[in-house]
Amino acid sequence: MRTNDVILQTTTKVVFFIIFLFAIHIFFAGHYTPGGGFVGGLLTTGALVLLLLAFDLKTVQRALPFNFVIVIGIGLLLALGTAAGSIFFNVPFFTHAFDDFTLPLFGETSLHTAMLFDAGVYLVVVGSAMTIIQSIGGDA
Amino acid sequence: MSVIINILIVITITVGVVFTAVTTIGILRFPDVYTRAHAASKSATLGVMSILLGVFIHFWYNEGHFSIQLLLGIVFLFITSPIGGHLMSRAAYMAGVKPTDLTVGDDLAEVVKKAKRENSTLKPEDQ
Repeated sequence: MRTNDVILQTTTKVVFFIIFLFAIHIFFAGHYTPGGGFVGGLLTTGALVLLLLAFDLKTVQRALPFNFVIVIGIGLLLALGTAAGSIFFNVPFFTHAFDDFTLPLFGETSLHTAMLFDAGVYLVVVGSAMTIIQSIGGDA
Repeated sequence: MSVIINILIVITITVGVVFTAVTTIGILRFPDVYTRAHAASKSATLGVMSILLGVFIHFWYNEGHFSIQLLLGIVFLFITSPIGGHLMSRAAYMAGVKPTDLTVGDDLAEVVKKAKRENSTLKPEDQ
């Protein structure tokens, strides 16, 4: 029997954005409060898995046309690039740098290169978790 | 003012704990899965929301920290917890769990039976 999932799908459309927003918040809050790339990535994966549960694999693939294996690659390159960038400034490998900037919209902001490394962790976590789930869930 | 707000905190958290305890008693005492889902999804939602509201007021007034996460948590629970109850009850019904003998009518039974008959040409895994 074909069931109709209108309640689940409508809720998912609202709840997905709440979870995704919270994931982004956790990711950016990682430097001063609990959180960071790993939990942020897992929460994002949780939001995507909710989409996978409410809709099917092909619909989500069409809505988010990423190859998540490539996402892992980009994440690893970002992490390695952040680490390797330091050796051009004649400091040891993995030395981070930070400074205060005045951005047009955010005002006085402290930017740190550890953020880029965290973004790499985030992409690797999202990519690998989604790759695992999609390849278990798919037919191929 | 401080006394009133602290009493409000105590009341909201107490109401939350009492409602959560009522949920537990309901899950233990009710006869079938549907009445249990009724107890669990309604009163546990209200209980946890009430506790979160108490914690929110405490941190806002006594600690001076406006926690937007707690408000988001209240909204999130209010949206998702009834959906969880709905989905579990529906899964139980589709799996053929019988309601308690006290049930008077079952209007959904004919609809489900008719839909199953009409779709019997589908593959077995779609049924």
